[in-house]
Amino acid sequence: MARFLLKRLFSATLTLFAVSVLTFLMFFALPRDPVSSICSKNCNPERLERVRDDLGLNDPLISQYAGYMKGIVTGRDLGSAQGGRCDAPCLGWSYVTNEAVSDTIARVLPVTLSIVIPAAILWLLLGVGLGMISALRRGTWLDRAAIGFSLTGASLQLYFVGAVLLMVFVYNLRLLPVPSYTSLFENPAKWASGLVLAWVALAFLFSAIYARLSRAQMLETLSEDFVRTARAKGLAKPTVYGRHALRAAITPVVTIAGLDVGGALGGTVITETTFGIQGLGRTAVDAVRSGDLPTIMATVLIAAVFVVLANVLVDLLYAAIDPRVRLR
Amino acid sequence: MDSSQAVPSGAPDDRPAVPAQRSDQDAYLRVRDLRVRFDTSDGVVRAVDGVSFAVERGRTLGIVGESGSGKSVTSLAILGLHDPRRTTITGEISVEGQQLVGLPDEEVRRLRGRNMAMIFQDPLSALHPYYTVGRQIAEAYRVHHPKANRREARQRAVDMLDRVGIPQPARRFDQYPHEFSGGMRQRAMIAMSLVNDPALLIADEPTTALDVTVQAQILDLLADLQAEFHSAIILITHDLGVVGQVADDVLVMYGGRAVERGSVEQVLRSPQHPYTWGLLSSVPSLHGDADADLLPIPGNPPSLINLPSGCAFHPRCRYADRVGSRSRSEVPELRPAGVDGDAGADGHLVACHLSVEERTAFYTEDVASVGVAR
Repeated sequence: MARFLLKRLFSATLTLFAVSVLTFLMFFALPRDPVSSICSKNCNPERLERVRDDLGLNDPLISQYAGYMKGIVTGRDLGSAQGGRCDAPCLGWSYVTNEAVSDTIARVLPVTLSIVIPAAILWLLLGVGLGMISALRRGTWLDRAAIGFSLTGASLQLYFVGAVLLMVFVYNLRLLPVPSYTSLFENPAKWASGLVLAWVALAFLFSAIYARLSRAQMLETLSEDFVRTARAKGLAKPTVYGRHALRAAITPVVTIAGLDVGGALGGTVITETTFGIQGLGRTAVDAVRSGDLPTIMATVLIAAVFVVLANVLVDLLYAAIDPRVRLR
Repeated sequence: MDSSQAVPSGAPDDRPAVPAQRSDQDAYLRVRDLRVRFDTSDGVVRAVDGVSFAVERGRTLGIVGESGSGKSVTSLAILGLHDPRRTTITGEISVEGQQLVGLPDEEVRRLRGRNMAMIFQDPLSALHPYYTVGRQIAEAYRVHHPKANRREARQRAVDMLDRVGIPQPARRFDQYPHEFSGGMRQRAMIAMSLVNDPALLIADEPTTALDVTVQAQILDLLADLQAEFHSAIILITHDLGVVGQVADDVLVMYGGRAVERGSVEQVLRSPQHPYTWGLLSSVPSLHGDADADLLPIPGNPPSLINLPSGCAFHPRCRYADRVGSRSRSEVPELRPAGVDGDAGADGHLVACHLSVEERTAFYTEDVASVGVAR
């Protein structure tokens, strides 16, 4: 198991390295000159050149990349124009917001985590639960209701569901405050009440896929021989379904969940925009709009880290669920 | 019981004539006029259509037939493993004198694995791939011994693994099914089914998925265990060779009905039903002439939704014309075959319109002269 973990972590590191190189190259391949966006229209060529020098853009690409990576690992000195000493993990300086990119990320990342993690727990419980129930009650009204629910969820868009939820719960019934972000550690009740609509909207849309997937998987597993064996042993239904069938049916759900959660942590643009909450997704979009290259690069890298980590986690979960995986 | 009568005195008059086997009343398992129907979108499947038999402790009944003959459905019905929403089961299944048909599932569940257990065809798919073999055996023990703790259950499972001939049972306990060979897996499956000392063991094609060399070992093991535990065994197979090796009695099924029943000597020495002849002549013999022709049964097993009228076997029977339109209009009853001297007392039964003389003549001329039984 330890060897398995090491192998997975090694390949994850390689992937991240490749992503960072690609992102870095993209940074320079973009048709936008970072320098001209820093000093505004009244820039004479000499000043342009000075800024370019300050930014280290005249250094060879490799040493620029090395400097950037060194900044992430140990921190570095960016020079007085960019706020001086930049502590690890240093992601550069944004001239648009006039702050260190790492400070921006430190502010918006908890927001996205607070939206995605509770929503993911909700959608997994809801989706897998619905899928299980409709598989076990196949052909009954309960099954049809669950299928209808998931079909509705799969057909709707988040901005529509979000708008309806806002209208009903915030503006008409006045049960909830206007969505906003408060730190969990500061005021848990306010944290939850400010984000609960985002969780519900995301969970409704995502659980639809999970309900359908786990229903199909469960139905397939229920016809497996080992489920019949479990029943032939005289096990009670909850044990047969919970311990024997569910464990085998859940593997594909784990894969999809890993990809979904990893992707969502990279930014939930539409959710954040619909509910007016500034998270990683909106920050990334804002950065693209304003040509804020260091911030773009940082958000892309962070999204990549989440996807890669989610995949490692999926691999580990797979190995924990299915002993045959550990051999490979 | 008056042995010469087709209808034994114990059977109700409104039931079809189904003669009882010897010592029927003491049998551990008694099945009478079992009917299993499935409702499907294509129509009603009559998977089992009025089958009766009994198995005593210490004896082995072989149920033989092609796929779709209803033999596996019969065994699953005994264990109560069908989906009650889509299955209708009527008739009588009594285990230790207790009628199971119509019993609440919770009560049947308590008998499953404790009084009656099952071994399946493919041990790889029948064992859960994600749990260790030992854990699955211990689980079967603990569900019927709620007071047993983890350690006792483990010890019991290790003992069972040892008993079925698995070397290093304590180490094997912690291994997964994929780490076992096919034969070892089936041994583990047998250990799991016997962990609660069930009096009735149903083995559904237990050797079909195994190497030929392993098949004999598994059959020997089953015979050993039967001698030790004095259990009643139902062996479901399509292989009459296997039946000849281990069974005491044979039930031949076709299209959900019993077409022939008797002791293994009766059925294999003087088979009475043309379908049984076909099954016998489809098996190459090791002892007979290697050049002997095989006589495969023409055609395919019938659809259970739309069974041929009359004798279900008539479209594939070479002798159907001999009885005129009766083969198509009348379902033959299972009645004493009338061979081997004292008819009926020997319990050799056949469901065929042909007379004893015709059957004897056809068998001698057409089958015994070419096939394996010579």
